[in-house]
Amino acid sequence: MRTVYYTVHMQFGQYVREARERLRADDPAYSVRQVAKRIGVEPAYLSKVERGDVAPPSEATIVKLAGELGEEPDVLLAMAGKVASDLQEIIRKRPQLFADLLRGLRQAPNHAVLRVVREVRDGDW
Amino acid sequence: MIELNEDRLVVSFPEVHEEAWLEIEFQRTLRIPDDNREYPLPPGLGRFPLVHTEDYADRVPERWVRHGGVILPMYQSEALWINFHCSYAEYPFAIKVAAGKIDAVTGNAWDDSLHRVPQDYLVVPRQPWLDGFNVAADRVRQFVAMPLGQGFSAEEQLTGEASVGGLQLIVYPMKAERYRQLQERESRLETIADMEVNFSLRKSEISLAPGGLMRQKIYRDRYGIRSWDKEHCSRCFIHLANSEEYVEITGKAPPHAPPTAKSYTEAGLPWFEYYAADAKALEGSGVLAGLDSVEAMRIKKGLEPCSDNESVQPSNVKSLGPGARRVTEGEF
Repeated sequence: MRTVYYTVHMQFGQYVREARERLRADDPAYSVRQVAKRIGVEPAYLSKVERGDVAPPSEATIVKLAGELGEEPDVLLAMAGKVASDLQEIIRKRPQLFADLLRGLRQAPNHAVLRVVREVRDGDW
Repeated sequence: MIELNEDRLVVSFPEVHEEAWLEIEFQRTLRIPDDNREYPLPPGLGRFPLVHTEDYADRVPERWVRHGGVILPMYQSEALWINFHCSYAEYPFAIKVAAGKIDAVTGNAWDDSLHRVPQDYLVVPRQPWLDGFNVAADRVRQFVAMPLGQGFSAEEQLTGEASVGGLQLIVYPMKAERYRQLQERESRLETIADMEVNFSLRKSEISLAPGGLMRQKIYRDRYGIRSWDKEHCSRCFIHLANSEEYVEITGKAPPHAPPTAKSYTEAGLPWFEYYAADAKALEGSGVLAGLDSVEAMRIKKGLEPCSDNESVQPSNVKSLGPGARRVTEGEF
């Protein structure tokens, strides 16, 4: 399990570092220090996150980081092994329905997932 | 299958044909005077909002949840018409429409099947709209919202019970093979041939009653009943909620009430006539023709006439042909 966590953290950290470095190549405002300041964390902490030395930050910080780097928050959250709290709430309200739906879509190709729509339910009348 | 998209029911049969889809919307409109004069078609003043019934399962009657479908808010005495919008390919559909499970074309009790004699369905896109109950070969009585349980609705007048309410739809696509034949013929001819808080029954639940008379034909099925794909169909129950209760159920505001026929006409705004050359109309339903209109029923019940039922004389009447829309976008 330790190895798995390490790999997840490394992937997340590595992805963040590469995204930040790409931006920094054109704009020095994307240094570790300045990005850390803008998202409200210590530069040393962001540096450790990027190296995978610590667990990924909180959902709120990941969402800020995504905004700063122009990345999709849901993608960054998933890389950090997290699910956005609004999605958790959707599932919590109808757990069986969404569990069945998501398991049913597990093997579906992207275009099939995108076609999933909500039908108007027909009942007994 | 039926989806809800921006207050439209989107009905599609991808398993039959990729072009087999249409949109159905419910248009707000003014109530035409119920004075036994014939009126042109009133305007469309925007779509009624629609929400999934199951999203409000804890706030609606249990039987609404059992029926499924959608909820639509109406003010008492408000009217509606149904707009059918097909794909560009104009894939044909047979559609049955009922109010309180009384077929709006024949007046017969609802069943899911299509019947040829008497024809109990509409054929779309030939039939672009439906405004009311089919009472004569070229006349309908407008769908008007009245409280369920007060005896005005077609359902109550014909069954003596106020147990269903709402609107019901079932849609059948044309058989794909028949559609392909039509397409081939079209390409040869370059034109298509003649084209309760205990919710058991709450006083404020709405049903549709026959209102004023207007000129509208229900067109005969020119394809034949064997053209329809009986293996595939989609149904929807549209629950009509009193507008005030719609706010309590959904937390959403309904549209405000439409103008009266008098104020609309005096403002010089358009009414409409629809002409489809060569299209034959069905006979009206004797059963539906025998129903009392809302005003006739008020008189029978010894009630005061509606205050906003003054006769009008529309002077701005626009003629529309196939493919035209009569929806007036904007705020009223």
